Parts: sequence; C-alpha cells; structure tokens
Amino acid sequence: MDAVSRGFAGLSLDVFTKSMSSTGTGGGLANAIVGSLIQVGIGSMIGAPLGMMVGVYLSEVGKTSRFASIVRFVNDILLSAPSVLIGLFVYQIAVAPFKGFSGIAGAIALALLAMPVVARTTEDILRLVPQAYRDGAIALGSRENEVVRKVVLPAAFGGILTGILLAVARIAGETAPLIFTSLGNSNWSTDLTKPMASLPIAIYRYAGSPSADLIQLAWTGALLITVGVLLLNVISRISLAAVKRGQS
Amino acid sequence: MMETTAAKSLIGTRKPHLADTSFHISLFVAGAIVVVVLASILLIMFLGGRQAFETFGIGFIWSTEWNPVTSIYGALPAITGTLITALLAIVIAWPIGFGIAFFLTEICPRALRAPLGIAIELLAAIPSIVYGMWGFFVLAPFMSESVQPWLTEVFAWIPPLGDSFFWFSAPPLGVGLMTASLVLAVMILPFIAATTRDVMLSTPQLLKDGAYAMGATRWESLTGVVIPAVRGSLFGAVFLGLGRALGETMAVVFVIGNATRMPDSLYAPSASIASVVANNFPEAETGSIQLAALLGLGFILFVVSFGVLALARLLLRQERMA
Repeated sequence: MDAVSRGFAGLSLDVFTKSMSSTGTGGGLANAIVGSLIQVGIGSMIGAPLGMMVGVYLSEVGKTSRFASIVRFVNDILLSAPSVLIGLFVYQIAVAPFKGFSGIAGAIALALLAMPVVARTTEDILRLVPQAYRDGAIALGSRENEVVRKVVLPAAFGGILTGILLAVARIAGETAPLIFTSLGNSNWSTDLTKPMASLPIAIYRYAGSPSADLIQLAWTGALLITVGVLLLNVISRISLAAVKRGQS
Repeated sequence: MMETTAAKSLIGTRKPHLADTSFHISLFVAGAIVVVVLASILLIMFLGGRQAFETFGIGFIWSTEWNPVTSIYGALPAITGTLITALLAIVIAWPIGFGIAFFLTEICPRALRAPLGIAIELLAAIPSIVYGMWGFFVLAPFMSESVQPWLTEVFAWIPPLGDSFFWFSAPPLGVGLMTASLVLAVMILPFIAATTRDVMLSTPQLLKDGAYAMGATRWESLTGVVIPAVRGSLFGAVFLGLGRALGETMAVVFVIGNATRMPDSLYAPSASIASVVANNFPEAETGSIQLAALLGLGFILFVVSFGVLALARLLLRQERMA
C-alpha cells in the first residue's frame, strides 16, 4: 500500500482546500470537504447516541437475556453488512419517497453505519468497568439509572469516546452508501434537502474522468481522506490503550 | 461478566421508579431499533425487488442475460462474478493472513508485536475507495502489461488450461475478475490477519506452555495445540473476511471492468452484485424494472452475506471479537 502514498504524496495540497470545484478542469475540493464534514457530523450525532444506548442496554440491562442476545447478534451482522445495501435501503425509505437525493439522506445512511460500531465498542468498554463500582453505587442507595449515568458511564467515558472516533473514521471513508443518498454535487451547497457533495464521491467521480487534472484532484482527495481516517484511528487507539491500562 | 447476586436481589426488592422505568424503556427501544433496521432492510429489498421476481420469475436468479436495452434482467452474471472474486480473494488472502498472524503471535520479537499489529489494523481501516483507486491506476496496468501476458505463456504449456477454457486465455485488459480478486485480497488481508491474530492470542498460554514443556517446536505447538483449540474461531475469521469481500463495492467497481455478462476467463471484464448495483443505479429511474432488478440483486446479496456473517458470528461466538 505504500505505492499509494507514494503515488499521491507527490501531488501536494495546492489551492484546493480553498477553491471550489467546477465541471471543467481545475478547481478544488472545498465543497466536498465541507459536505463530508456536514454529513459525517450529522451521521455521528444520530448514530453515536443511538449506538451508546444499545451498548448500555446490552451491558447493563439486557445482559444475557434472550432479547439482548438477539440484539447483540443482529448488531454484529449490521457491523459487517455490505454498505451498498445500507445505501439502497436509505434510498428506498428517504430518497425515493421525497423524490430527491439529499444531504440528510446521506447522513442517515452514515448514522446507520456508525450505530453498530459505537454499540459494539460501548458494550465492550462497559464490561471493563469493575462490578464493584456498580455494587458500591447500589449500596449507597442509587437507583439503577443513577448507577449507569453517574458511575458506570463516567468511568467508561474515555473508552466510549474512542469508540465514537472509530465510528467517525469508518463512515468518513464510506463511498457506496452516498451514491444512493446524497448523490454528490459539483456546486457549493450546504442545504440538507438538496444533493450534497462529499469527499469520497468526488474521488469516485474524478478518478473515473479522462482529465489528468481531475485525476490529480482525486488522488489529493484520497490522500486527505486516508490521512484523516488514519489520524482518527491512531488517536483512538492510543487513548483506548490508555483507558484499558487504567482499568484492568 | 459475573453478576453479583446480592446486588441483583437488592435491585429487585426496590419499588420501580419512574426514572428507572423510562430508563429501561428507552434503552430497550434502542436495542429494538437495531433489530428493526435489519428486518426492514430485508423487507425493503424484498418489496423493491418483488417486481423483478414477478416479471422474470424465480429464474431471475439463474438467468444469464442482463440487458438494460431490452429490459431483460438476470442475476447470474453478477452472482457468478461476486462468488468468483470473493472466493478467489479468500484463497489468496487467507494463507498469507494466517502466516502473518502466526508470525505476530509466536515468532516476532516481542518489542515489534504491538507496532506491527497496529500497522495491520491501520491498513484494515483505509477506506475501500483508496484500495480501488490503487487497483485501477497501479495494479491494473501492471497486470495487463506484465503479469497476465506472462501467465498466459506459462499456462499455454498445460493443455487443459492453455486454450479455450475458463482461465488465462483472453486478451490481458488489466481490468477484470483476476485484478478485482487481487485488490479484494489485498484489502481483506490485514483484516483477516488481525482477526486471526486475535483468535490465536485467545489460546490459553498454559496450553502452549504445556506443549513446549513436552518438547514441541513452535510449529508443532501451533498445529497440535493452538489450531485445535481455536479451530472454530479460525473459520469464523475466514467467513468474516468472506462476508467483507462479498459485499465490497468501491474496491471492486474500479477494477472489475463492469461488463454484466457471464465471464469466460479470469481476465475478462465482469461484474459483481455490488458493482452492478452501484454502476446501474444512476440510470435506473424510480419505479422502473431496472431499479427493481437492482433491488432484487440487493436482496440476493443480503441473504448470502447474512448467511455468511451469521455463520462467522456463530463460529466466533466464544471469543467475541471484532
């Protein structure tokens, strides 16, 4: 894979972080970067809390009950389900009925991809919280929701944040689901109800174009996204290692 | 995780409180959403693809013609392409991934294990579109100029493989089944290596120490102790990789050539379910039979990958890992 980094490391960041892309040659990726930030941001804001709740349910309430086992199993399947299918699904429920591709549909698709990741890491991290914490809180007269909210979650905060970062890293590079939902847009647009540009889609479009300039831009986009995703991963892994060391 | 029975019974004796009840309900709803999402994906794919199954009958699955011009759609070319690329990718990636995992757990100097392990996990995190671009701009030209002509020459000597038959006879275009399989293999390799390593690490150290105490070599300890102890999970890791390869879109769409017909050679441009869906989607209008055919393909892919992933999870159940 270092062939890749060599391939596009040479094509350094010129003006593209500032200027907008146009249909012809030249231009930049600014609108795609902003579009990606918006969709990934909203997707994480929907997917992360949902995933956390699922994780809390599995670890603190459902545990080994039959329904919890089903949820855990289904969540594991969703975790590795093909992302094209998530895209097609969101197209059918959030694009086709409203007769238009939209940034919000893209965000929903990304949220569905982020949720199982967060759920899984949240459950794993909560299981690392010593049972004595819970027993202690109960002994002090806490209600069950207080045990979770005031003792278990704060103790696992760092780990859960790590899981969310990993989920953000995963959805930031997702391309396939966005083809069916936010479609892409070569103009500047922050309107959530309209088609919205994103970095992966811009890469996909430009890489397939005959223009050398646009292919160059695609490589730059790929470099940006790879560096971003790897940075998020490195940060989360370092903090996760710290969290695990502190707790076990 | 062990449940402290004393604490549990204490919770039980308290009167339910509104805050606790709503807490429980909201968490339960979140869990239910997960199940509902999976069920509705299945349902929506089925309902959307129903028109295709009604028009072409159950033969949709094994019809070999995919022709948007005449509006005749059959799934077999895409299914064939999907299965060939995914299986070939596993066949290539698994032995290497297994070797890497063995190296990381048994042979590699201790100081290097963590950095190498993290490097592999990072490779697994690179977005698939980047693998696709690399395949298209770097690997495909290399395949068509060097590897494929060479392979054709080599296999020309072996009569049953040399000409006519399926394998290495077509013009070396670079894009096609073989390149797609290779890109997929490169993409799932770090994933399989990481999962297999985790499985191997879960073998109790005591078992391995026992083997060494009996005078076993590292290899004997691996084949005699580690593998039998975690055999199921090792297969689980492979199936998890297979599930990835089956549904991968972006890494494949760049290099498979996107020709929806039955492949007659490993060099031939072909298509997988995911690549057909991504490629044909922009032309498919809402309510058209083409969109129904794509959703029908999605349904087939869903059922297949659900089966593979479910099997993987059942095999991995004891260890529970990424």
